[in-house]
Amino acid sequence: MFDNLSQRLQLAMKKLRGEARLTEQNISEALREVRMALLEADVALPVVKAFIDDVRARAVGKEVLASLSPGQAVIKVVYDALVALMGESNDRLQLAARPPAVILLAGLQGSGKTTTAAKLARFLRERERRSVLVASADVYRPAAIDQLRVLAGTVGATFFPSTAQQKPVDIARAAVEQAGKSGIDVVIIDTAGRLHVDREMMDEIQAIHAAVDPVETLFVVDSMTGQDAVNTAQSFNDALPLSGVILTKADGDARGGAALSVRRVTGKPIKFLGVGEKTEALEPFHPDRMASRILGMGDVLSLVEQAQQTVDQEQARKLAQKITKGKGFDLEDFRDQLRQMEKMGGIASLMDKLPGAGEIPEAAKAQMDDRQTRRLIAIINSMTPQERRFPDIIRGSRKRRIAAGSGVHVQEINRMLKQFGEMQKMMKRLGKGGLGKMMRSMRGKLPGVPF
Amino acid sequence: MGLFNKTTRAKTDDAGNSVGFLGRLSDRLAATRRGLGQRLATLIRGHSAVDADLAEDIEALLLGADVGIEATRDIIGRITRAQARTPDEFYAELRAALLAIIAPCAQPLTISSDIRPYVIMVAGVNGAGKTTTIGKLAHRLRSEGHSVMLAAGDTFRAAAVEQLQTWGERNGVPVMAQSTGADAAAVAHDAMQAATARAVDVLIIDTAGRLHTQTGLMDELRKIKRVIGRFDANAPHEVLLVLDAGIGQNALAQLAHFDSAVGVTGLCLTKLDGTAKGGILFAMAEKHAIPIRFIGVGEGIDDLRVFDAAQFVDAILPQPE
Ligand SMILES: Nc1nc2c(ncn2[C@@H]2O[C@H](COP(=O)(O)OP(=O)(O)OP(=O)(O)O)[C@@H](O)[C@H]2O)c(=O)[nH]1
Ligand SMILES: Nc1nc2c(ncn2[C@@H]2O[C@H](COP(=O)(O)OP(=O)(O)OP(=O)(O)O)[C@@H](O)[C@H]2O)c(=O)[nH]1
Ligand SMILES: [Mg+2]
Ligand SMILES: [Mg+2]
Repeated sequence: MFDNLSQRLQLAMKKLRGEARLTEQNISEALREVRMALLEADVALPVVKAFIDDVRARAVGKEVLASLSPGQAVIKVVYDALVALMGESNDRLQLAARPPAVILLAGLQGSGKTTTAAKLARFLRERERRSVLVASADVYRPAAIDQLRVLAGTVGATFFPSTAQQKPVDIARAAVEQAGKSGIDVVIIDTAGRLHVDREMMDEIQAIHAAVDPVETLFVVDSMTGQDAVNTAQSFNDALPLSGVILTKADGDARGGAALSVRRVTGKPIKFLGVGEKTEALEPFHPDRMASRILGMGDVLSLVEQAQQTVDQEQARKLAQKITKGKGFDLEDFRDQLRQMEKMGGIASLMDKLPGAGEIPEAAKAQMDDRQTRRLIAIINSMTPQERRFPDIIRGSRKRRIAAGSGVHVQEINRMLKQFGEMQKMMKRLGKGGLGKMMRSMRGKLPGVPF
Repeated sequence: MGLFNKTTRAKTDDAGNSVGFLGRLSDRLAATRRGLGQRLATLIRGHSAVDADLAEDIEALLLGADVGIEATRDIIGRITRAQARTPDEFYAELRAALLAIIAPCAQPLTISSDIRPYVIMVAGVNGAGKTTTIGKLAHRLRSEGHSVMLAAGDTFRAAAVEQLQTWGERNGVPVMAQSTGADAAAVAHDAMQAATARAVDVLIIDTAGRLHTQTGLMDELRKIKRVIGRFDANAPHEVLLVLDAGIGQNALAQLAHFDSAVGVTGLCLTKLDGTAKGGILFAMAEKHAIPIRFIGVGEGIDDLRVFDAAQFVDAILPQPE
């Protein structure tokens, strides 16, 4: 649906070849493209306007380095400005306080507070070896307290029981008191979802805050949020001394412009990203990655890291060896690669992160679903070892047998053999290839990203 | 006047530059916080002729409501071609155009009395408001005289079953449920069987929240639908996609993916009691007239309204006083 910003910029700035300096005039078209990209990514309009002004001020007068095209030069300015705005590095939780340190979570309905409470508890227990107590001050939503009780059990946090008949402020205060008595390090207080325009509910969260004096007051916000992010963030920031932001549901394909809006409006660091429903799905926030995601340039760095973590290093080494020794990339290797792909979260999750993924037509994307991967694996499974090693021998009757064995049409076998042939060529070109290596070699010369 | 306007705008920009980014931003936010109606009145009074500035201001209003670039451009383009002579005319044209886009979507859900059980499957991304909408919908249907049964098809999220059961108690309607971790399709199966045996009018099936990018979970949704279809080839009779009004451009992808997986037949837009305008519906409606059934305007049992196109346009572009 979205075009790749870097490509669009190259197009907009074609005329500029040879210009030595960025000027008000020669960047105006490029800035229009940047504005579009930001709006498509759901960055709020006032934030977009101010940001573009900021970029213009930074860009005008800049010399275009010999190594960059003017388009690349503009992207670099935009990207740097985005990263700078979102905070230079990833901010940690500040829990240095007389124990128990209190963390208060606040946000709109359904943004992910309760799930995040459990994720934080798990994170603090596992990574920082702290004891954690969680309490729910949500006396409104049906089964909200139950939800936290169950989650607390799964992450091994102490659960402070509360009931819908209590007052939220009393629950919060009692939870902290109890944690103090039992020598627990951290208390996480989950609160009901509330609208920023609901005076009574905003008063309530202020009262809770005053009662427990948290060291961290975190605003939990859905990364799919649209233009209204500025209004809600502003109101929560006015009502509470926020210390940070947690951006949830970042595992989807939203470009997450809300991150920029919220950061801009509150000035508070984004501390974590929620990347799934399970309690381990919490990641530290990286401004640079978010910047390339918002710009539609693909989260290439995360992909590289993910590949390094998941790709079986041993297998990758064997493959590299095989290829350097001049032995061809065969269907066994192809199957290994497909299996790796499945392990890395499937094609969809890879596609999201690749630069230029926006260029791929939706129809083509739909074909590249994970069932396709599984089907390819099934086809290869139906081959004899000899066929896998020497795919050239697969002709008429063999094709029919494989088709029957894997439950597909012969055309599909043809298509996959052709696809494999292309892949083989690419592997040859890569010489010492292998997925892991290929990914690693992308660092530093990311396509379309000049830095 | 148009010229005058341009110069004052340039001045604010100059001043803005000297205060720095944050100063300018808070000015702009102050403007956002001021009532939309008031802003509009000023906006129209400020222009004695239809000029590029007016179009730009209107564009900002639409973009700020999540209408999206593409739909906003289309809409403004159409209005510009209509050649309004005064800002008032321009504004009226704009309202008419928005209404024209969204009016065909105002198709209320009608429960056919020949079908029993009439099956409604509710789907959507995490936290959109599915379970709450079911609670409210059950209430509405009961008050219209239908007998209702609920099925707790969210077997994944902690206490999702208990949440739906509470809504069942509030409404005095039975809830078919298994334990967390059970197969959602099996829950749907049992519910279909029970609803048929007890001859209830309407069966509403809750499902777990899922992001449209999660192919495995989208397959699960297909499977639930298939199982329902075994009892009645036309069931589910309604596949209701629940969308949060606060959501931005991603809603388009959500509709496309859920539709291709299970064939969405209606939408419910929740949380319109906040300040989000849900303008994304225009971007959707521009592409095809997807029936919009309900809007959610609060967390209470009565807070579900039948979608009304004119009211919805009013929320984005209020009628100038
Ligand atoms: N995919 C995904 N889902 C998430 C994430 N965080 C939360 N969720 C899901 O979003 C839904 C809402 O999460 P909750 O934790 O109940 O949200 P909440 O803010 O506590 O909601 P209220 O208490 O009703 O305001 C649930 O289905 C969660 O499983 C995330 O990072 N990714
Ligand atoms: N203000 C407001 N809140 C709503 C509305 N509809 C739902 N909510 C709230 O939004 C939150 C999430 O609602 P749920 O019904 O649990 O959402 P869901 O889609 O079932 O969530 P999952 O099953 O976790 O994916 C709850 O706190 C609801 O009370 C609405 O129209 N207005
Ligand atoms: Mg909650
Ligand atoms: Mg639910």
